Amino acid sequence: MTRRIVPRYDVCMACGLCQVNCIVAHSVSKDTIKAYKAETPRAVSRTGVERRGALSFALSCRHCEDPVCVYSCLTGAMQKDPETGLVYVDTERCVGCWTCVMVCPFGAVVPDLERKKVFKCDLCPDLEVPACVAGCPNQALRVVDSEEGEEAAPDLIGAATAR
Amino acid sequence: MDGYRYLLIGSSAGSVGAVEAVRRLDKEGSIAVVSEEPHLPYSRPLIAEYLAGERDLDGILYRPSDFYQRNGVVPLLGERVVRLDVKCHTVRMAGGADLAWEKLLLATGGTPIFPPTEGGDRRGVFTFTTLGDAQGIRGWLDGVRRVVVIGGGLIGISVTDALHRLGLKVSVVELKDRVLNTILDVKAASIVEARLARAGVEVVTGRYVKEIVGRSPRPDSVGGVVLDDGRGIPCHMVVVAIGVVPRTELAKGTSIRVNRGIVVDRRMNTSHPDVYACGDVAEAYDFVLGSERVIPIWPSAYIGGRTAGFNMAGGDAEYPGSTPMNSLKYLGLPIVAAGMFDAPQEDGYEELVASRGEVYRKVVLRDGVLVGMTFVGDIARAGIVFNLLREGADVSSYKQALLADDLGLASLPEQVWQGRMERALEDITLTAPGHTK
Repeated sequence: MTRRIVPRYDVCMACGLCQVNCIVAHSVSKDTIKAYKAETPRAVSRTGVERRGALSFALSCRHCEDPVCVYSCLTGAMQKDPETGLVYVDTERCVGCWTCVMVCPFGAVVPDLERKKVFKCDLCPDLEVPACVAGCPNQALRVVDSEEGEEAAPDLIGAATAR
Repeated sequence: MDGYRYLLIGSSAGSVGAVEAVRRLDKEGSIAVVSEEPHLPYSRPLIAEYLAGERDLDGILYRPSDFYQRNGVVPLLGERVVRLDVKCHTVRMAGGADLAWEKLLLATGGTPIFPPTEGGDRRGVFTFTTLGDAQGIRGWLDGVRRVVVIGGGLIGISVTDALHRLGLKVSVVELKDRVLNTILDVKAASIVEARLARAGVEVVTGRYVKEIVGRSPRPDSVGGVVLDDGRGIPCHMVVVAIGVVPRTELAKGTSIRVNRGIVVDRRMNTSHPDVYACGDVAEAYDFVLGSERVIPIWPSAYIGGRTAGFNMAGGDAEYPGSTPMNSLKYLGLPIVAAGMFDAPQEDGYEELVASRGEVYRKVVLRDGVLVGMTFVGDIARAGIVFNLLREGADVSSYKQALLADDLGLASLPEQVWQGRMERALEDITLTAPGHTK
């Protein structure tokens, strides 16, 4: 049942708009200029953009079925919702120990040294469509529920042929 | 006699892991948890935040306060097991009662090392491993200005950071040449020591405390320490943070094999088929060493307990193994360090280093395989490299990329990162109720 964001390797153009949209969606003002210039500390992007040669894709939390971050969390702040499968961090409880940063195989947990907490993809619970997916100019991101998870496989094969 | 299908001795990370795993497979079987400590499971590393006054008990609980109720666990908190009888499958409690069990988990943790020191019984001398210790220290803070911390390892630096946040002047006395010497190399430790110095913390290395002396109007209370070179440091409190040893005493006199810790196999089984062990008391598989070792690390305890729980409940899970792995945040300096921190002077070993100011990255390879990593100052995406360590990956063809600023998943060969993406969808990445990896 786990929803996750799946990149499409063959159409990502590494523009980085996903990161901008993530920052704005998680800002206080929800306004691009204010989010970047007026808010301190600035909201952090929960997605990274992987770049190597011609290959690029946005990478955010995989909401793993077997989440190492949850098992490793010192405070119990990192949890997996038993119904939706969403892996989320209770930022109140998070103490910024960085254990999850150390164990995540995707480097998808973002350490915020200023706030002394971590941030990661929360699938934008207040939006109909996650901000990165909605704002991608080339539709290089999809939202997939694991029942259709088999569809993710063609994208992985696509990566091999795209290069 | 009361009896339980599952009896867990200890209520910390390993025990919680076991409860959650047992309940995934067995919703009915009775579970009891016995703990000397009277508290609900709390996050032991957070006693520093508690000491610094930044969190209360509620703020350091490891699971919600209804965790035992929701999981149908009988909590026997503030009670002590004094003897274990594996033949009869019973334990004797301190009050004299016996409890019967079908499967037993020894998650008894470790106890602080406190070598006999002249004056060590004075008031104002504390260890720092339990919430009770943190509460005791908070109760002693009145009028305290200066503290001596004996031991510059993980516990010592953790309590030092907390005491510093309380505005106290701290002197750390470390026997070896540098702080955090079991997890950091000389260079990385020097970055930490520079931060400590800038924060006004005094670090004395190559010395030990010979005597704890009293103070003049109250000789039974701490007034200072005397080092082995004769130097005295006045203080009103001493925290002994030398290290911990596994609490293996319950296994003594039984058939359970004990080395430094209680020895367990890849199923977290001890030498007795119905007895399991996990956490700081266990000697379990280290994937860098290739053999068993006591690794007192919180995530390893939870995962070991989870593996044990699945197997106790009839599943078939394999412990993925661990290795010394630490993430630090003291004085605002982020560090991720795992595996070996120095390459031994032996064939096949190689070290690569990238260093710039307070940002330091190092990887250690053995025959091309990653066996150690140290990231100081910039820890973003460190998990990408840590998992190469966990996977025992041959990184020869891309080792330089591991130190680069633009390290990412795409720095790895395609098969490696695609494999990771696929495994994220599967329920058998780490431990699973019915699968063997």
